[in-house]
Amino acid sequence: MPAEGATSDVIEAPEKEPRDVHGVGGVAVESVTRVFKTRRDDVTALAGMSLRARPSEVVAVVGPSGCGKSTLLELICGLQRPDAGAIQSEPAALMPQRDLLLPWLGALDNACLALRARGTGRDAARRQAEPWLERFGLRGFERSRPAQLSGGMRQRVSFLRTLLAGKPVLALDEPFASLDAITRQEMQGWLGHVLELEPRTVVLVTHDVEEAVVLADRVVVMSPRPGHTVAELEIDLARPRRATDPAVVTLRQRALEALGVRA
Amino acid sequence: MTFVRRYLPPILLLAALIGLWELYVDLKGPSFSLILPSPHQVAKSLYTDRSLLWSSFGVTAREVVLGILVACAAGLLLAIAIHFSHAFRRAAYPLVIGSQAVPVVILAPVLAFWLGFGILPKLVVVALVSFFSVVVTTLAGLASVDPEMLKLMRTFDSPRLRTFWHVELPAALPGVFTGAKIAVAVSVIGAVFAEWNGSNSGLGYLILVSIPQLLSARAMAAVVILSLFAIALFGLLTLAERLALPWAYQPRGEGSP
Repeated sequence: MPAEGATSDVIEAPEKEPRDVHGVGGVAVESVTRVFKTRRDDVTALAGMSLRARPSEVVAVVGPSGCGKSTLLELICGLQRPDAGAIQSEPAALMPQRDLLLPWLGALDNACLALRARGTGRDAARRQAEPWLERFGLRGFERSRPAQLSGGMRQRVSFLRTLLAGKPVLALDEPFASLDAITRQEMQGWLGHVLELEPRTVVLVTHDVEEAVVLADRVVVMSPRPGHTVAELEIDLARPRRATDPAVVTLRQRALEALGVRA
Repeated sequence: MTFVRRYLPPILLLAALIGLWELYVDLKGPSFSLILPSPHQVAKSLYTDRSLLWSSFGVTAREVVLGILVACAAGLLLAIAIHFSHAFRRAAYPLVIGSQAVPVVILAPVLAFWLGFGILPKLVVVALVSFFSVVVTTLAGLASVDPEMLKLMRTFDSPRLRTFWHVELPAALPGVFTGAKIAVAVSVIGAVFAEWNGSNSGLGYLILVSIPQLLSARAMAAVVILSLFAIALFGLLTLAERLALPWAYQPRGEGSP
């Protein structure tokens, strides 16, 4: 461990360009406020939001629509700066809600995009990504363009692309929201399995409480806008979990209650 | 059956229009056909003047094809410059639009004076009337990239130019083809006007010298060839786009944006 105080890289509403936010392991969001100024009035997306993710911990963030979940992820990724509060995070890569695969590239080259963005040559990037494609059940689809892949496959390619960015933190923005119920359940099981093989610090934003409880070590429940944490649930259950496990059902119920949903 | 359903309507419409035209010229009397030749006179000229028409077509086709290629290259470069620089957009866009209002008949003699009687002034005219649509459609392609995609590239630490190369430029290429297809018709007109100043070959030149000689059937035969050429060029560009950018034609699967 390096000297923590010396390398702390706290962002405090600076006017400078966003930069890589290196620091202690994991993610620490401390009473962050983010205000969007529009012509008519100011919209406060986040107000005093706090969140911690220890290294290799999977933290799910659930909340009502428009509570600032995506803003939170962009802050963690360094795409935005907070207006107040502080964020410490290891470098984070984003996985967007829609797959956003490039329609002219095959699955392999789409998965390589983060490597290519860093300047890796095409062949070297392909060699690096190829074994992963096989592990992700995409063998034989290397050259298939996104239009020829199923929704679940596209989401796997998108996840692989973000994984290959090589950042310690993955910021997943409702990764399975666009999938049908059956595929979503398959993909949740799959993601849990992948994260066991390849542990990363994960901040998973979702509006699906069940998904949060099945996948996460901890669930952070957010309030409606302006978003802040209203509850935190430790999910201390063995993996793999199923949505029908009694303990999962109980925790799901508690999360829903924290969201203000009456059963 | 599908063949009939597909090709019968256009053939019938064309036959009806030609029939009406023939009837109209016949009713107006023989001297009128010096102003507007009847279709059968045009058809006859297409046959009897075929070698002259063919050699003239070769000249004009070269001007149009090369001119469109120049327009694509210039349009793409200009669109990229405008895309990258707000200042350049504000400075150049009004000039680009203004350039489209300059009548070719004013410009062509000046270009002939500057660049001589060869192919060069014709290329400039064809490119000038064609590049605008390429700029507009290419800019639309560059702007069509999802802002989320640009954010994603930033979390991948991609430098601006690499994001452009991997994400924005490929997205803009269909726009270049679209712009070229829109430009086909005006580029043919541009080539004709360019040939009216300082040239001694090409279909435009042939039209120019045929009309005072009251060879209006020959002039109209040249027009028919120009129209067929524009249709063929449009088809070729469509084919080239499908071969070069097959992804732009594939139907998107369900669940995609």
